[in-house]
Amino acid sequence: MSVALATDTAPLLELRGIGKRYRMGETDVDALRGVDLAIARNEYVAFIGPSGSGKTTLMNIVGCLDRPSSGSYLLNGQRVADLDDNALARIRNREIGFVFQNFNLLGRADALHNVMQPLVYRGIKLRERRQLATAALTGVGLGDRLDHRPNQLSGGQRQRVAIARALVGKPSILLADEPTGNLDSTTAREIMAMFATLHRAGNTIILVTHDAEVAAHAERTVAIRDGQVIGDTRHGRKGTAHGAAG
Amino acid sequence: MARLAEALRAALGAIRAHLLRAALTVLGMVIGVAAVIAVVALLQGFGQSITQQFRNLGANGLVIVAYLPQKAALEGRIARITPDDLLAIRQRVAGVRDVVPLLPLAQFSAEVRYGSRSSNTSVSGTTSGFPRNGARYPVQGRFVVAGDDTTRRPVAVIGQTLIKDLHLPADPEGHFIQLFGTWFKVVGVLNKVGTLVGLIDRDNLVYIPYTTAVSLSGALTAPNIVIQLDVDNARAIKPVEARITAVLRRQHHLLPGEADDFKIQSAAELTKALTSALDSASLILGAIVGISLLVGGVGIMNVMLVSVTERTREIGIQKSLGATRADILLQFLLEAVLLSLLGGLVGLALGYGIGKLVVHLVPAFAGAIVPGWTIALSLGFTAAVGLVFGITPAAKAAALDPIEALRYE
Ligand SMILES: Nc1ncnc2c1ncn2[C@@H]1O[C@H](COP(=O)(O)OP(=O)(O)OP(=O)(O)O)[C@@H](O)[C@H]1O
Ligand SMILES: [Mg+2]
Repeated sequence: MSVALATDTAPLLELRGIGKRYRMGETDVDALRGVDLAIARNEYVAFIGPSGSGKTTLMNIVGCLDRPSSGSYLLNGQRVADLDDNALARIRNREIGFVFQNFNLLGRADALHNVMQPLVYRGIKLRERRQLATAALTGVGLGDRLDHRPNQLSGGQRQRVAIARALVGKPSILLADEPTGNLDSTTAREIMAMFATLHRAGNTIILVTHDAEVAAHAERTVAIRDGQVIGDTRHGRKGTAHGAAG
Repeated sequence: MARLAEALRAALGAIRAHLLRAALTVLGMVIGVAAVIAVVALLQGFGQSITQQFRNLGANGLVIVAYLPQKAALEGRIARITPDDLLAIRQRVAGVRDVVPLLPLAQFSAEVRYGSRSSNTSVSGTTSGFPRNGARYPVQGRFVVAGDDTTRRPVAVIGQTLIKDLHLPADPEGHFIQLFGTWFKVVGVLNKVGTLVGLIDRDNLVYIPYTTAVSLSGALTAPNIVIQLDVDNARAIKPVEARITAVLRRQHHLLPGEADDFKIQSAAELTKALTSALDSASLILGAIVGISLLVGGVGIMNVMLVSVTERTREIGIQKSLGATRADILLQFLLEAVLLSLLGGLVGLALGYGIGKLVVHLVPAFAGAIVPGWTIALSLGFTAAVGLVFGITPAAKAAALDPIEALRYE
């Protein structure tokens, strides 16, 4: 994958002075104010912070869904601001797997078709799409719910569909916004074990949480408050990250 | 290809999801197309039946009549086709046969008597070669023969209407009828050919020998005749016409630049003139109803705009998963075109059904025919309407910002 081509010393993604300002009538809301952050390839990072601190806003920018109001974002050494719509769509499709905080599943499609959807934009044939999506859903324990539409699934099951959809295309960067928010501890542990496996396989993982225990699975915790990075700690590879499933 | 197939699948899925709405949206379109198809089908069916009747007149027959343009007639000139012209054509034009004269003495205006009864009919003089192509043949007795002509026999071959009108016996051979004060012996009865377009009775006529007709016409100079002939090869009609024109112009001493004083008519030409008139009527009607299709297009645009708004979040999700502008544009454009085509197809079937029904109920219409060009035109037109009116909503969908679309409630 093209993102993996840069030299090891350069960060995979580099945020410099990123700001995001929303205009709400007369007043301005600064969701992000000057975020500086560099994340290397194959890092496993947790964003942690209280509600409304700007975590989702930051994830959307990292995932090339949103554009910052100020500052610059380099993805694999390339200025994202210079990329056109098609290039961004390609990055979202091939390099990034996004687990949204509110799942963002297609309401009219069943679980299988939701997971197949990103593969459409890679030009993968229907048969293969079906195979890959079935495998991904089975991987999150939903092999028996393929033909259920989101409104026929529980919150936790929807979350797992969202995770399967993010993983089905084998992206190099996984962005997960509160991926275990709706899951019981057993399923949560399974999902975290899956992330750990992906991490070991060389993927870069960024997850958002306000649960310190979930954050402990990561190698690095970035604390965010009021749109700013207020702490950045590395705690190395902890046994918990690997042993969670056991 | 997978992306195109998926766009098509998504478009179909979207239509299926709101089937009732789709049906109501295209209703205007359906009615518009159905109206065009029904009217065109009936007109074309009508034209077809007329063409069929003309064909009975002889497929490769030509008729030469004297004809003066109005300007020349005002200058006091007269035009005539003479027996000399007939001879000239027989001798100098190749590739023709059965070149016969026809001397019309009266068109439905000659008084004919039998016993105490009388009626009006058409009388023409002609020779033995006349009943060509099997279109006219005697069912009783015989036609005019060469001997009738050379001896100016007062004999008559009659159409079947006369038997009815004059109360002739069913087998009238040997009976005498009176025409122009002269007694004619009935020697044959012609086959029944029916009416032309339900109006002109083609069985109300009498044929007498040409020479007999000439003497009856009282013409001092050569009479003005009509020449009928058959072209050997129907495909060679054009060169034969040119050759006849050249011969007759020489016969009539026409200078270059002077207009012809005769006209060469063919069944094919009559048919062509008629069908082209019907075709243009169909086209004009089509254009009028085309306006209703435009109205249908506005309806489609409206529904597509609603659909884009409704599915804003869905578009956001697709974009977040890697759909490009082109993917979204294609999907919505296909939806509009499919919707429109659906209306076109249903309208086509409905229009044809209406045409069939009218044919069934009204005997004056011989049949309903939907020519290929109307099908192609109405489907092409509806597809174009979908494309034109779908482009704005589709472009609107494609241009949506992913994150704003995702946040849309
Ligand atoms: N579209 C928007 N318009 C205006 N303000 C916004 C918009 N999106 C986010 N904000 C504001 O930006 C701030 C950060 O929002 P964000 O969604 O990033 O928070 P978060 O850290 O993800 O919170 P949570 O943990 O509750 O998900 C909030 O104060 C929010 O009100
Ligand atoms: Mg959030």
